[in-house]
Formats: sequence, structure tokens, C-alpha cells
Amino acid sequence: MKLSEIIETLDATLLIGEDKLDQDITKCGASDLMSDVLAAICEGCILLTGLTTVQVIRTASVAGVGAVAFVRGKKPPPEVVEMAGIQELPLISSPYSMFVSCGRLHACNLTGLNGQR
Amino acid sequence: MSKFKKSFHIKGRDFIRAGEASINVQNLLKSMDFDPRLIRRVAICGYESEMNVVMHGGDGSLSLEVDTDRLILEISDDGPGIEDIDLAMQAGYSTANDDHREMGFGAGMGLPNMKKNSDQIHIESNRDQGTVVRMIFFLPEGGKTD
Repeated sequence: MKLSEIIETLDATLLIGEDKLDQDITKCGASDLMSDVLAAICEGCILLTGLTTVQVIRTASVAGVGAVAFVRGKKPPPEVVEMAGIQELPLISSPYSMFVSCGRLHACNLTGLNGQR
Repeated sequence: MSKFKKSFHIKGRDFIRAGEASINVQNLLKSMDFDPRLIRRVAICGYESEMNVVMHGGDGSLSLEVDTDRLILEISDDGPGIEDIDLAMQAGYSTANDDHREMGFGAGMGLPNMKKNSDQIHIESNRDQGTVVRMIFFLPEGGKTD
């Protein structure tokens, strides 16, 4: 599933990463616990989270996350968006809750980080 | 003698800059064309340990050493030390506070995850004498891979 299709599915706004809209994403992880993100295999996944701190960007960069979606309409401060730009990490913001966001992506055949549906 | 060594300062309690040293290490290893999977393992170990220093340890440093057959990551701090290393290695054991948890850390996953992602881990720590964590990542025969 392309990032542009994920944006459509989540009625999301692209915050940064216009050059990554064609990026293919097949797995999804949802967590506010960055320790869990670091402990999982997140390469190329989309990470759904309600946290908007710089640590989300650093965690995502270190773990190889493909894109971050902020749920519940959350938008990170400009310095966080800027950092994501430097790390070439696309960010999107969806008005939906974590639960609804997960459900919508699951219905589009995205799997969990371990490939389970 | 190692081929390359570089150290980065870690400032305790500075949650805005926490993780910068690990990102620097990640970028350095990328510039040296190491295997992306190896880089990810090293960066995750560096980041977990850096967060531990920032959350618990006071000031410290993170150093990367590149040798012919291994990478060595060493993180040291002048913090309160780990009272019971065996207990700290257990998944879920944590001495973090609510502030750490609000940032998404402090779940007691750090040290177990560092053990999982490194080939060897050595921890030296004594109460009130700081902590040194040394992690080794062996390179495939013939050095780095692409």
C-alpha cells in the first residue's frame, strides 16, 4: 500500500515527506511506548502513535520506521517536523483515534509488524 | 589498535537532545557502508543506553570503536549505578518515573533489548560509582558487508 493511499484511508494530512508518497508500506505498528517500537522489527512500517515528541522521530529513525502517523488529530511542534525532514521520515496526521486508524489500515490488508493479520 | 574511534557527550536529564549521539553513530556507520541491519542493531543499542543515561545516569559518554572484526559501543555515566544488574536485565523491571513513561520509555525493556541486539554485553556498575555498558557486534568474516 502506498503512503498516499494510507493518507487517503486515514483522511490524513501530510506534514512532511512529499517525495515519499509512492513509498510502499505493508506493515503497521501502533504504540505510544517507544521501548516497544525499539524492541520490534519495524523496518519500513508505518507507526501509529499519539506521542508527538522528538523522541518519536529519533526512535523511528533508529528503528528504521518508514513513516509516522499521529492519531487523534495530533500535530507535533515545528521543530519535530523539521527534525523528521532532516531524517527523511514522512509524517502524517489523522483525525481518527488509534483504534479506528488501526481498523481502517487492517481492512486495507496491512499486517502487524510480525506479518500477522 | 582500533581502526577508528569517536566519542560523543551525553547530557543527563536533557530529554530534548537525548538520542543525538546514537543518531550520529548511525550516520557515521552509514557513511562507512556497513550492513543496514547491523547499523540498526548498533543504533538501537546506542539509543536504549543513551536514554538510560539521560533518565537515570547523570552525564556520560557514548563511544564507537570500529575494529577489523568488530564494532564496540561503550556507554559510561557518572550516575547512581545499577544496584542489582541481574534484576535490571529482567524484562519489565524498571526504576523509571512517570515523566520517563510519558515520553514512551521506562518500561523495563532497555537492557534486555540491548542484550538481544548485541553479540556480547558487559555491564560494570556499582552503587554511586556510575555504570559502563560495553557492547560488541562481530563483523562477518572479511569485515563489513553491504
